[in-house]
Amino acid sequence: MYSFEFVKPATLDEALAALKDEDAQPLSGGQTLIPTMKQRLNQPGSLVSLLGIPELVGVSISDNVLSIKGATNHAAIVAETRDSFPGLSALAGKIGDPAVRNRGTIGGSIANNDPSACYPAAAMACQATIMTNAREIAADDFFEGMFTTALEEGEIVTGVRFPIPQTANYQKFEQPASRFPLTGVFVAKYGDRVGVGVTGASNNGVFRWGEAEEALTANFTPDAIKDLSMPADDMIADLHGSAEYRAHLVKVLTGRAVAAC
Amino acid sequence: MKISLTVNGKSQSGEAEGRTLLSTFLRENLRLTGTHIGCDTSQCGACTVHVNGMQVKSCTMFAAEADGAEVTTIEGMAEPDGSLNTIQQAFQDHHGLQCGFCTPGMVMAAASLLKANPKPTEAEVRAYLQGNICRCTGYHNIVKAIMAASGQELPALAAE
Repeated sequence: MYSFEFVKPATLDEALAALKDEDAQPLSGGQTLIPTMKQRLNQPGSLVSLLGIPELVGVSISDNVLSIKGATNHAAIVAETRDSFPGLSALAGKIGDPAVRNRGTIGGSIANNDPSACYPAAAMACQATIMTNAREIAADDFFEGMFTTALEEGEIVTGVRFPIPQTANYQKFEQPASRFPLTGVFVAKYGDRVGVGVTGASNNGVFRWGEAEEALTANFTPDAIKDLSMPADDMIADLHGSAEYRAHLVKVLTGRAVAAC
Repeated sequence: MKISLTVNGKSQSGEAEGRTLLSTFLRENLRLTGTHIGCDTSQCGACTVHVNGMQVKSCTMFAAEADGAEVTTIEGMAEPDGSLNTIQQAFQDHHGLQCGFCTPGMVMAAASLLKANPKPTEAEVRAYLQGNICRCTGYHNIVKAIMAASGQELPALAAE
């Protein structure tokens, strides 16, 4: 990979100062960034490591809202949300493999916004709030499209706040080589609404399936969506699956998630 | 920059560039070549080591990130008298390797699995090895070896 300067700040303020350099890029768990750099698809002047900053790590709950700091890794999220938010714990436990889960972080995943990442589906379904060093952004406004977010230059994800649902389930139809979802659906049920977040399917990145949310809010059973259909127009088509196949998966997985709730 | 870390219980230090991977540092600076580079694309797990007790792919972490850490490699797995530990012995007894290239990563992964889950089911072993690829496709005996290392009676495994 190309040479760069490694910067290891001890505090968030030091990290933000280091990120003001042109060509500086934040490094969280690096499980996507490092392979990308090895292929010389990315050439930062400096990498600012966020993992050694204690104020960016941890999980807490207050008023039925789960707050996860940005540099918390997937393995810690699995362990620390098992009782409070089992749907999210199960999602985190299926990301990558055990070694990847010990390094990769929720903040890195959210900020990268891979169109097949898992957390964005949960963030959308739960109407989570993305916390940055500068502001709070609703999930609906944060994810702008494939690998594109509302983050400004030098702005980093410091945490994510999830209102804890009554029940939730994530159905990941795994692409077996990459272990990313070919399509994934997160269903979250609250007292007054149901959220359906879809990842891996659309050319526009993660989205909420509004029609299904309405139908499931009225009747939370798999039957409620049986007459709906997901249009294939904006769906991803590649060698793993056609647009029609992914559109079909969205409906099937939504039904399975509801049945599993 | 200077990197100082504890590897297999021994204090070590050396010079590394920002881009130096932990796997490179272990193999080239410390000459601990038991950690293998199988794919260099973060997929195969042959480079698996433990950093502060956590299993990681050492080709997908910079040496600088391990500064101050405790690292265990395959060279640190044998018993103090140099004999094979339980997992290593089980790999030998059950022919859990063919070409042997993936074996260091398999043993390191098995060790962290058995630490977290001392009596895994066969399905749990297979799921846990998702990040470790055996190009000889010798998974059957690898799974058998890990089941044996956990002290469980060997079940009639799926392929038999």
